[in-house]
Amino acid sequence: MKILEVKNLRKTFARTEVLKGIDFTLEKGTALSIIGSSGSGKTTLLRCLNFLETPDEGAITVNGETLLDCSDPSTLNEKQIRQKRLHFGLVFQSFNLFPQYTAIQNIVLAPRLLAKENHTWDKIKNDVYEEAVEIFRNIGLYDRMENYPHQLSGGQQQRVAIARALIMHPDILCFDEPTSALDPELTGEVLKVIRKLSEQKTTMIIVTHEMEFARDVSDHVIFMDNGVICEQGDPHEVFSNPKEERTKQFLGKYIG
Amino acid sequence: METVIQQLPVVIGALNEGFIQTLKLFAVTLLGAFPLGLVIAFGSLSKIKAISLTTQFIIWIIRGTPLMIQLLIVYYFPGLVLHNPIWGGGEHGRFLAASFAFIINYACYFSEIYRGGIQSVPIGQTEAGLVLGMTKGQIFFHVTLLQMIKRIVPPISNEIITLVKDTALARIIALQEIIWAGQAFMKGSHGISGAIWPLFFTAFYYLVFNGIVTVLLAKFERKLDYFR
Repeated sequence: MKILEVKNLRKTFARTEVLKGIDFTLEKGTALSIIGSSGSGKTTLLRCLNFLETPDEGAITVNGETLLDCSDPSTLNEKQIRQKRLHFGLVFQSFNLFPQYTAIQNIVLAPRLLAKENHTWDKIKNDVYEEAVEIFRNIGLYDRMENYPHQLSGGQQQRVAIARALIMHPDILCFDEPTSALDPELTGEVLKVIRKLSEQKTTMIIVTHEMEFARDVSDHVIFMDNGVICEQGDPHEVFSNPKEERTKQFLGKYIG
Repeated sequence: METVIQQLPVVIGALNEGFIQTLKLFAVTLLGAFPLGLVIAFGSLSKIKAISLTTQFIIWIIRGTPLMIQLLIVYYFPGLVLHNPIWGGGEHGRFLAASFAFIINYACYFSEIYRGGIQSVPIGQTEAGLVLGMTKGQIFFHVTLLQMIKRIVPPISNEIITLVKDTALARIIALQEIIWAGQAFMKGSHGISGAIWPLFFTAFYYLVFNGIVTVLLAKFERKLDYFR
């Protein structure tokens, strides 16, 4: 089942066209990896999906609902955008945990604020905390729940950031180079969590420079170059038998 | 020496009375300028050019002229020029006028410190909040505000300590704060005249009070040390 459809997404910053018409679809319960060199538009694409940037052209459809259509101004309403964001979760390269809150407070903050607005917090409070604890168990941080971000390693912080995204139950979880700020030792523990999520059939889009990981974990891979999708397909196929010259060049640098 | 000892209770009584006025002006200024400064900071950060430019213009005027002149204008302008003495006479009117001038003046200084504080919180914090479906208001109050406060405590502490001493400027419109009370003994007050030592004595009040303020601010700063 198609959960996400992106059509002709274009975005220009100042005079630089960063996205030059991106089209792709994503199946529910699958993981999509987006690879490509820095500046190819991968991060901008994720930011458009999460409404942190507004594309100049194109449309985003989730579960058949058109969340954004640049030719239809009624889909750009600021108030609705907030609701639409909740279809997506985003894990940042730099974690962006809230430093003044403990790990568990970081996770519970957004659901608490949302529930308080709807006056349902008292009803769902226990469930939210129970779920938060359950997530901490799954990511192996049950004993670090009460720690503040600065007391955690980078890998632990990123796992908490993943937990914070998960508790909002997004339809699609996006990762923006989740391990680029981590040393190789810590990278492993974060990738393990993402791998586990993919085994549980979480729908994910992963922007990454970890080629081996992308090949093993994802069901589909997109290679972006200079604002366009240069090549896409089954990861084993793309990695071992790239068709485009540019893809070969790029992958050659990683394989050496 | 003997006379000084005899005069001491009278002098201390008068200085205490003046110091209460000093403290009142100090407290009212902080209570008014803390929130007003935030409003002004949002004004100068506004994306609407007309608002941000107007705000920055006002900040320029207020920071670019002496507080003493501002006190004189606030107090005398309505009565002398507009023939509408809104402040009324007496100590109460002078206190209202002084409070008004001090709040505006300090709010402008605070606003610039706030602005720096707000801008120094990484944009990633706001983006993380947005992605989690929070409103801009929720992000400000639950994410950004405390991080901003932590960053601005040292510069705000500086302003607060300056304020303690700046209250003495209100003497220019004859507000009977502690220096006014001390000076009165030179001209003659409570049956004492030609005495200059009470004026020197006021320095101890400032020194002790600023000592207390410094300790409290350091305590507050340490309280925010639990996160980075």
